[in-house]
Amino acid sequence: MANARSQVPKKRGDVVFSGLVTASGIAILVTLSAVAIFLVVESLPAFNPTADIGNAPDGFWAYVTPLVFGTLLAAVLALIFATPLAIGIGLFISHYAPRRIASSLGYVVDLLAAIPSVVYGLWGIQVLAPTVQPIYQWLNENLGWFPPFAGPVSGTGRTILTVSFVLAIMILPIMSALAREIFLQTPKLNEEAALALGATRWEMIQLSVLPFARSGLLSSAMLGLGRAVGETMAVAMVLSPAAVITFALITPTNPSTIASTIALDFPEAAGLNVNALIAAGLVLFVITMAVNITARGIITRHARKVAF
Amino acid sequence: MARTSIRLNRWFLPLLALASCGISSIAVTIPVTPTSAPFNFLGAIALGAVIYAILSFLITLIAQGPRVAKDRMMTTLVLVAFAIAVVPLVSLISTVVTLGLARFDREFLTSSMRNVVGQGGGALHAIIGTLEITSIAAMISIPIGLLTAIYLVEYGRGRLARAVTALVDVMTGIPSIVAGLFAFAVFALFFGPGIRMGFAGAVALSVLMIPVVVRSSEEMLRIVPSELREASYALGVPKWLTVLKVVLPTAVAGLVTGIMISIARVIGETAPLLIVAGFTQSMNYNPFNERMMTLPVFVYFSYSSQGTDTQAYLDRAWAGALTLIVIVMVLNLGARLVSRIARPHTSR
Amino acid sequence: MAKRIELKNVSVFYGDFRAVDDVTLNIEPRTVTAFIGPSGCGKSTLIRTLNRMHEVIPGAHVDGKVLMDGRNLYGPDVDPVDVRRQVGMVFQRPNPFPTMSIRDNVLAGYKLNNARVAKSDADDVVEKSLKRANLWKEVKDRLDKPGGGLSGGQQQRLCIARAIAVEPEVLLMDEPTSALDPISTLAIEDLVSELKQEYTIVIVTHNMQQAGRISDKTAFFNIDGAGEPGKLIEFDDTATIFANPTKKMTEDYISGRFG
Repeated sequence: MANARSQVPKKRGDVVFSGLVTASGIAILVTLSAVAIFLVVESLPAFNPTADIGNAPDGFWAYVTPLVFGTLLAAVLALIFATPLAIGIGLFISHYAPRRIASSLGYVVDLLAAIPSVVYGLWGIQVLAPTVQPIYQWLNENLGWFPPFAGPVSGTGRTILTVSFVLAIMILPIMSALAREIFLQTPKLNEEAALALGATRWEMIQLSVLPFARSGLLSSAMLGLGRAVGETMAVAMVLSPAAVITFALITPTNPSTIASTIALDFPEAAGLNVNALIAAGLVLFVITMAVNITARGIITRHARKVAF
Repeated sequence: MARTSIRLNRWFLPLLALASCGISSIAVTIPVTPTSAPFNFLGAIALGAVIYAILSFLITLIAQGPRVAKDRMMTTLVLVAFAIAVVPLVSLISTVVTLGLARFDREFLTSSMRNVVGQGGGALHAIIGTLEITSIAAMISIPIGLLTAIYLVEYGRGRLARAVTALVDVMTGIPSIVAGLFAFAVFALFFGPGIRMGFAGAVALSVLMIPVVVRSSEEMLRIVPSELREASYALGVPKWLTVLKVVLPTAVAGLVTGIMISIARVIGETAPLLIVAGFTQSMNYNPFNERMMTLPVFVYFSYSSQGTDTQAYLDRAWAGALTLIVIVMVLNLGARLVSRIARPHTSR
Repeated sequence: MAKRIELKNVSVFYGDFRAVDDVTLNIEPRTVTAFIGPSGCGKSTLIRTLNRMHEVIPGAHVDGKVLMDGRNLYGPDVDPVDVRRQVGMVFQRPNPFPTMSIRDNVLAGYKLNNARVAKSDADDVVEKSLKRANLWKEVKDRLDKPGGGLSGGQQQRLCIARAIAVEPEVLLMDEPTSALDPISTLAIEDLVSELKQEYTIVIVTHNMQQAGRISDKTAFFNIDGAGEPGKLIEFDDTATIFANPTKKMTEDYISGRFG
């Protein structure tokens, strides 16, 4: 039963299949280029300095700058809150929790990532904002000299500080998952060397784990930042928006983010306002890409250094 | 190192924690004793944690020295960090469940909002819309994502492969609203700016779903041992049949898991659907014609456009949120089950 | 069925790197030939040229001729996939397909190629191959169980059954017992001695005693240093190589002075 099948059908199979998968890869290129091109094309009318945009009487850039400020402010605040927590959680699961339940605990934290952002928005409005409002009151009464805590205090608690809390919780799962991975990859030899010298657990972590993890943590922070920058619904729902530039975090007038402005204004927008919103989306896209590329750059540099 | 440290009893720290909570409970209750305010549970725990942290640090400092005390403090902080992550999770889930159950009834699941103002009505139109749009998105994303992953693992070499992998990375970072704007721009080009269509929503979701499918499938395909491919080649099996009949069947459990997780991720997306699928109160089975309601948009809309009887709208919003979470959890758990059951048995 | 193999001035390259340099030797039908030598001397590379498996690595190519019964495997119109259908291979680590049953594993050479096999013929092939591989008695009651559930030695015999089920002319074995325990190793060595009555067998082995036990002829390869190509040092009857080698290097290797 030795097979001496003709070559032609098999060769065709290989050609067809490899052509198919390559075409699929090219489709990705095409899709992404299309995204960029379409966004740019639809944004161009808004960039024209003489354009008369209803929502942006002083021109597009005057319109979008406060939004960029708000986007970055919320995201950076979220990052400030999330990073120590992510490191703590990562350490807890990699070095402190009992082995048997460590992965289940990781799964519990990952559950946070599964919750849709509208639900976070609802929760933010109905649960978190009322809970933190008294704290804002207290902060304003006792620390009102510090600009971020200047009054008048929002009565509903729906401020940009609250939004950054929600964002911090939303980016926590991905950051802590990454931190966990990085801590678990610390070479056992380095850890054991520290312990053999009589170091306490925390000292071992300081000596062996954290220095090794530095660039990985940096890149996970950037990825978290990228996520926070792009988050829409939770912000749109929780924030009471006004396009201002301010560092006061607990007042009713808050800087808006690009994403939430687009979500709120788009359904009713028409004419050039639509172009302006798309242009704002393009700006957002550029910001997220810059952040993500920096993050990937840090990862590859770290990988090259560590590879052995 | 002259001082010998006192070993603390095994039960000492847990007892200290309890004692701290006891102290803090008293501390938060006394100032408000005249009124009948509800017990500030969260405050008691937070204060208890602070008291415990300080006390345990001081006691350890005295009994065992500064290095151990510092270690003790860091352990406490790490535990607190974990607790802080768990608190919102518990709060979220319990809120959704308690507030969502109010309207999580048969009427909610079987009727739409057509002609409903105030009480009553349901989310059937949104549920159907979500299922339709997500299915279409899956039908677009799974073939493209899987084939691209096969390309990257089995065939890709050189510049094209590097470009594709870099661009998949870029795609993972696209904010969901930008994906929605893209779909809008494409369809507006052909149909004018007023266009709203379920299919456009599916296109936006695909942009978000494809990179997730590619990355997870890629990982699963790389895990297949190269010896299996070698065994197949040595039998004179051409490459494409090896991929189809050896690599894919071996990886299938992981591939399915990855796909289920990617579906779970996009099923809750609101922003792009808000932009291109719009919202409506009635049933619409046709994804190519007019607005289509989806579950996340339903939740948003129920909250943001409350008519008379705001409580009814709020109840519907929470019920919608509960439905959404149930669907996402089922998908996530299903994915875990699949990966556990269908894993191929390799040699012991 | 068994074929004669002639290597004429075969050099193997990975890109520009010459891994094996100018090998010429003849392998008679129905014999067992062993390739021995220290790690990295190119014996695995060379054996893979006999079924064009080394080409799976991008950039690998061969100079020279490999003739099987006079036909050059590297001729311009020869499809490597065809070559591999006529030359079977067994690998160092047993690799049965985990998603297939034992029965389907044996028939894999047909099933993966979409070749139609009548059910009664298929049963015959399975039984015959498993019997030839000395595995029939142990698995005949669980042919539908997955191929991964067997012990290491059984899995390797399953891989051998799979290789011979398509009735190849030649059987190549790349260190088939180095991952197995001594008892399974013995079982496979006995198997090889039986199989040589029907097939031409080439076996790469790290274990000199194994070469001495089962091969008719032995080829000794060596390498000058890291980064240098592997060379054929001596090729002769096994008895001669082990008792009375011509080259000093061979004698040094056999007596354990290096490697």
